[in-house]
Amino acid sequence: MESTYQTMRTFADSWGLLYMVAIFLFVVFWTFRPGGKKHGEDAAQIPFKED
Amino acid sequence: MSNLTQNILKKHSKLERNASLLLVCSLLAVLVGGIVEIVPLFYLENTIEEVDGVRPYTPLELAGRNIYVREGCYVCHSQMIRPFRDEVERYGPYSLAAESMYDHPFQWGSKRTGPDLARVGARYSNEWHVQHLINPQEVVPESIMPKYGFLARADLRFDNPEAHLIANRRVAVPYTDEMLENAQADLVAQADPDADWSGLEERYPKAVLGDFDGDPSRLTEMDALVAYLQMLGTLVDFSTYEPELNER
Amino acid sequence: MKYGTPVVLTGLGAFLTLLAAAFAQDTLFAQHMGLICAVLAIATVVLLRMENFKTAPKSADLQLEYMDTVIRYGVIATAFWGVVGFLVGVVAASQLAWPELNFGPYLNFGRIRPLHTSAVIFAFGGTALVTAAFYIVQRTCRARLWGGGLPWFVFWGYQLFIFMAATGYLLGITQGKEYAEPEWYVDLWLTIVWVAFLLVFLGTIVKRKEPHIYVANWFFLSFIVTVAMLHVVNGLSMPVSLLGTKSYSAFAGVQDALTQWWYGHNAVGFFLTAGFLGMMYYFVPKQANRPIYSYRLSIIHFWGLIFLYIWAGPHHLHYTALPDWAQTLGMVFSVMLWMPSWGGMINGLMTLQGAWDKVRTDPVLRMMIISLAFYGMSTFEGPMMSIKTVNSLSHYTDWTIGHVHSGALGWNGMITFGALYFLTPRLWGRAQLYSPRMVNWHFWLATLGIVVYAAVMWVSGITQGLMWREYDAQGYLVYSFAESIEAMHPYYVMRVVGGLLYLAGAIVMAYNLTMTILGKVRDEEPFASESTFNPASDKPLAPAE
Repeated sequence: MESTYQTMRTFADSWGLLYMVAIFLFVVFWTFRPGGKKHGEDAAQIPFKED
Repeated sequence: MSNLTQNILKKHSKLERNASLLLVCSLLAVLVGGIVEIVPLFYLENTIEEVDGVRPYTPLELAGRNIYVREGCYVCHSQMIRPFRDEVERYGPYSLAAESMYDHPFQWGSKRTGPDLARVGARYSNEWHVQHLINPQEVVPESIMPKYGFLARADLRFDNPEAHLIANRRVAVPYTDEMLENAQADLVAQADPDADWSGLEERYPKAVLGDFDGDPSRLTEMDALVAYLQMLGTLVDFSTYEPELNER
Repeated sequence: MKYGTPVVLTGLGAFLTLLAAAFAQDTLFAQHMGLICAVLAIATVVLLRMENFKTAPKSADLQLEYMDTVIRYGVIATAFWGVVGFLVGVVAASQLAWPELNFGPYLNFGRIRPLHTSAVIFAFGGTALVTAAFYIVQRTCRARLWGGGLPWFVFWGYQLFIFMAATGYLLGITQGKEYAEPEWYVDLWLTIVWVAFLLVFLGTIVKRKEPHIYVANWFFLSFIVTVAMLHVVNGLSMPVSLLGTKSYSAFAGVQDALTQWWYGHNAVGFFLTAGFLGMMYYFVPKQANRPIYSYRLSIIHFWGLIFLYIWAGPHHLHYTALPDWAQTLGMVFSVMLWMPSWGGMINGLMTLQGAWDKVRTDPVLRMMIISLAFYGMSTFEGPMMSIKTVNSLSHYTDWTIGHVHSGALGWNGMITFGALYFLTPRLWGRAQLYSPRMVNWHFWLATLGIVVYAAVMWVSGITQGLMWREYDAQGYLVYSFAESIEAMHPYYVMRVVGGLLYLAGAIVMAYNLTMTILGKVRDEEPFASESTFNPASDKPLAPAE
């Protein structure tokens, strides 16, 4: 069972970590993509539309 | 922008507009951590050390443990000695995962308003415990513990102990059929100085036997609680335990 | 029949609980079921007395109005539970300072403490969350709550859960897992109510008129879903009898411990953080009258927070029998959690960019801003305490208690007070609060209370931790445990003072809100008279082109 643990650990230290970082970078990129600014500002106005 | 990126972006703005998709994605995001951390504990064999001596609770100890839970003792007392020099000197050998493997629920606690109780068993006499529970400040003047004299006045109501053992067996505590059959008898016998303890001792090695609350004529909640306290941390023989074999 | 379904449901509930009480397998179950039966029976009678048996006139199209009556009930209930929860907290603190104040068995500290934690987290915090979620989701979706009478079921069902949990603690009915004390049947009831809550919320989002789902609703949605998941998994247990109170947790020992703290920490992460951030993302922009500083930061904040939080649980189990790999994971993620937390705080605070004078002139906004400051403080302290070396000292001591209180009183309490001050005039159609000056009083009482409480608990916690590990020159432990308890006494007394200040503030609030609801306006000097109202500037900034 020690080997299972070692395998998981190696995976987490390498590909797993890389995968998570890639997802994180993608989310950041997507949010701050050039076209997102207008979209975000529109959405931020929602609470003020009601009255 | 390439076609591919545009496609992905289109999908993402869908997420912002679609409630059920948002629901599923956020659920996925929160599932990962729990699965990676909790699930391996159930199948990695070295989560729980291999030690001798840990056994299911006797019916009386179980009843006492339920009183311990009922009164919220875990709110002020931990049952988890950490591997530090001061804790080991103050409380005894550090706690092993195996020692709470039959604890439903665990009672490790999170706060030491009072001292740790993981190895309080056999440290004090029964009389000390009874006196201390009735009036803690009389025994330890600095104590801020509430008084539990009502336990000594309340007859133990542990109706149908067999049902409790069965419920535990359903959550994987290895109570044998023999233990179930003798549940009621064992419950009464453990605190009865005149009982025949041979079967009980065989079923539950190292069980503390005899009257606990100073009144052999009655089986009280005090009997049960003290029986539980007196076995805490006593089951594993640390003179033969080898931590190197359980390196985690 | 206006109340047809509720009357049938409460009546049936009363009957079933009466049966359960009659056939109970243990005394506690009989007592508990009897109490619940009494409450349901009273509810049935009250509903029947309110009933108008004439056929109701065809009412106007309800879809054109927001469903606000249930929110008004929620505001009152939140303020009520707040005062109750803080009061029980003062009682618990006093018991630690003066143990003679324990009146066993029902009012011993071991039963009062879960009552206090549940009253503030689940009764005060939970009712605030349900109320705010119902208010915000309607406004930001521009749609009436979905589900007909279902929101009423959620509100009253949740209040019944609080009643069942609270009476259970005093009777001694508990699962023995911190912050998850209610027994199996109370857990089941909460699950039903929670699913209804999810349905109302999701249904409202689905029928929204706004194309975009506002970020506050993201936080609410993930709070509702995750709490459902945590509650169900951690609550898994085997009842001894279906007519008895006692159950045994499905997990044991180390697995039970990690499941519990996975639940416990994420009760903080999703109940007390994500849900309240949903409140923050609506009420702070509304009160400041300007949109959130960066909507895009809020997106990163959301995904970062919910992904990272769920891993942090094992930091409650440092140096225990939990395997080291799990402890290390918990520590690493806890430290990383600092980043999204502060991202959210900065987002809230920077909303005031260019309008900081409002903090001086608007006591309600000031309350919300101080809540963000306390949020920032406790989300810095938390990651620090999750570092194993720090934790080896702080764990098991009062430092932890101080930490949770700076979060709960400072962040959750203050943002909720701000929301209540925001909601009350609007929901009852009042031009203003009864007294802005009393809001200012509340602000200072509460802030002072928290500062006293947190500071005292730091000192007592660190003192405790150091005393326990103090060695003399010969290599012996210097202090007995009893001596460390004795040393705590002055701090415990000072903590009571801090709690009393906070409670006093809440009572001032309750009075202020009551008078506002009654339509009174206090004769007082205007607050911050030097600021003049300029209608031209009192609207959101146009988005920059």
